[in-house]
Amino acid sequence: MSQPVETTYRECVKQAIREAMIRDQRVFLMGEDVGHYGGCYAVSKGLLAEFGEERIRDTPLSENAFTGIGIGAALGGLRPIVEIMTVNFSFLALDQIINNAATLLHMSGGAFNVPLVIRMATGAGRQLAAQHSHSMEGWYAHIPGLKVLTPATLEDARGMLWTALEDPDPVLIFEHVMLYNRSGTLAADAGPVDIAKAAVRREGSDVSLLTYGGALYKTLEAADKLAEEGIAAEVVDLRVLRPLDTATIVASVARTRRAVVIDEGWRSGGVSAEIAARIMEQAFWELDAPVERVCGLEVPIPYAAHLEQAALPQVEGIVAAARRSLGR
Amino acid sequence: MADILMPSLGADMESGRLAEWLIKPGDSVAHGDVIAVVETQKGAIEIEAFDSGRVASLEIAEGEEVPVGTVIARLGAPGEATAAAPASAPSAPPPAAPAPAPSAPAPTPVAAPSPAPAGPRRRVSPAARRLAETLGVDLAGVEGRGPQGAVVSSDVRRAAETTRAAAPAATQQPARRRGLDLEEMRKAIAAAMARSKREIPHYYLATRVDLQAASDWLARRNAERPPEARLLISVLFLKATALALRDHGAFNGTYEEGAFRPGSGVHVGSAVAIRGGGLIAPAIHEVDHLDLDALMAKLRDLVERVRRGGLRSSELTDPTITVSSLGERGVESLFGVIYPPQVALLGFGRVSDQVVALDGAPAVRPTVELSLAADHRVTDGHRGGLFLRRIADLLQEPEQL
Repeated sequence: MSQPVETTYRECVKQAIREAMIRDQRVFLMGEDVGHYGGCYAVSKGLLAEFGEERIRDTPLSENAFTGIGIGAALGGLRPIVEIMTVNFSFLALDQIINNAATLLHMSGGAFNVPLVIRMATGAGRQLAAQHSHSMEGWYAHIPGLKVLTPATLEDARGMLWTALEDPDPVLIFEHVMLYNRSGTLAADAGPVDIAKAAVRREGSDVSLLTYGGALYKTLEAADKLAEEGIAAEVVDLRVLRPLDTATIVASVARTRRAVVIDEGWRSGGVSAEIAARIMEQAFWELDAPVERVCGLEVPIPYAAHLEQAALPQVEGIVAAARRSLGR
Repeated sequence: MADILMPSLGADMESGRLAEWLIKPGDSVAHGDVIAVVETQKGAIEIEAFDSGRVASLEIAEGEEVPVGTVIARLGAPGEATAAAPASAPSAPPPAAPAPAPSAPAPTPVAAPSPAPAGPRRRVSPAARRLAETLGVDLAGVEGRGPQGAVVSSDVRRAAETTRAAAPAATQQPARRRGLDLEEMRKAIAAAMARSKREIPHYYLATRVDLQAASDWLARRNAERPPEARLLISVLFLKATALALRDHGAFNGTYEEGAFRPGSGVHVGSAVAIRGGGLIAPAIHEVDHLDLDALMAKLRDLVERVRRGGLRSSELTDPTITVSSLGERGVESLFGVIYPPQVALLGFGRVSDQVVALDGAPAVRPTVELSLAADHRVTDGHRGGLFLRRIADLLQEPEQL
């Protein structure tokens, strides 16, 4: 392991793209404002100058069209990275993503893989209101044929992209908007990571806090608070929403006998519902308490800062749910 | 105004420590409400109010120990209480089941003897259930500390450890659970039993009772029920005893200050052993009026509360007779020591197959030895014999119980 360096989540994503561009000439980045503007979250700033217009391609506001172009390029042998500005806009490209990218391997009888990576920003917290703030990764996690990644740490921001590009099938990467500015240290030679397993970010024996993406840090903070009360919370970062690493979830719940699912997405029919159901199916006899959920409120995400915060899972709510599961 | 006193929860109790107040000034209490928890030699006991009214003041603080008879709280006039909650007063009668109209056809649903539900279902987590099965822990004796009082796996583990610790070395630290000090309880038992043998001229009778009819009936009845709804034969013993006492009231009551006082009802003290070496016989009230399912539920509930704490004061002060059943421990018969100031104790031994003479030929039948220890100051052997015979007869017609 080499010297750790100070960096940010944004920088990690950028370096992941750079590394991929350098290592594999077939890789290119395509999306709205990714070139001259440098990306709406400044992820690709400087890449146009480094790699040129052939490989850093600005597109019109036409998600369905440029996602389809990405699929075509992947079928044609390239390794496209399509950036969709925010998950809310990806709905314009649902037809390409679900009807084409996710199904072509099946429809072609196994003849055509679609090695496409789509990156999108997700989540609330920047006062971008109800058309730019939702957490819809759970929807995509519903679709067979897709892989859905939610990097929350610097290591994953840096390492998931390359592994995703290596995957022969379409992979969606959801980057939570509140994570881009997050800073920390990372090994200078940090490289690719697996995109199959959940990770235990903090070990504990009393309750499992299961979460992913932007909610990870609130959950870790809640675990600190719980520790002050003598409650040892285990924090599991799901990392991959499809296919879910059920084994890690079940193993954790079997140790702690209690589960709280924290999901910024909506409760009804969401990721948290799926996890609770799997715990019922596979860990019922391990449970000492009903599964608790802390989710985004079922409203369009509000613009006003205090209302926006009120609509999202917060540390106190996570702590309270963990306490309930312990009967305290 | 009414005073609430530190109650005497047994002949030998001189003082009690107030562990916890469950009321505060201004609260309305009704007869029978649990108002406080008092720690005694018999463990933590829930104290019930005898009067209704509004709490005017609490006279002692939590943690204080005071002699029996000390005023611990004062109640205001019930009028004040009703004024505070006017809604509750007039609304009492309407919900009561209207008397079945005479014209109504035979099956009046209201009057149907719906079997009392077997108590509220206990919350036990799936993990606790499985662990209890693995460790062989009886969930009835496990205190739940999980969400909403549910029994969770750590409770089962703790119970298993307590049992293990208590079993081999009685000299070790006595097991202490929610104010229950086994050493103190032993002292209380010693005092009561010594007094009994000192004061009460016991006489003893025993008879063997044929249980073929009772066993067959029970097997049939339990066959179609899930395990948690099944009846134990000890419930038949309790009910038969209670019904027999209706005709033999001289065994149901107390002997105090040179005179027998009949019990206000048939409140049967049921001896329950406590792991680690304790014994207590709290009352099930009005046993003669309970159907078997309700009685079973009450017995289960009582055993559970004995083991985890939470007995009520009336359960300790009210027993009018004691029934002790050492059956599963495998002895044939037991001759009890009467718990003063009661005047009788019935003992049921182990149900076992015996060769008996039946219609002039040997037959193998399930039987039980039934014994009576009674106070000779109140009754004589002749009455005692009739009393035992009556119980034996009642057990021959279990469907009538």
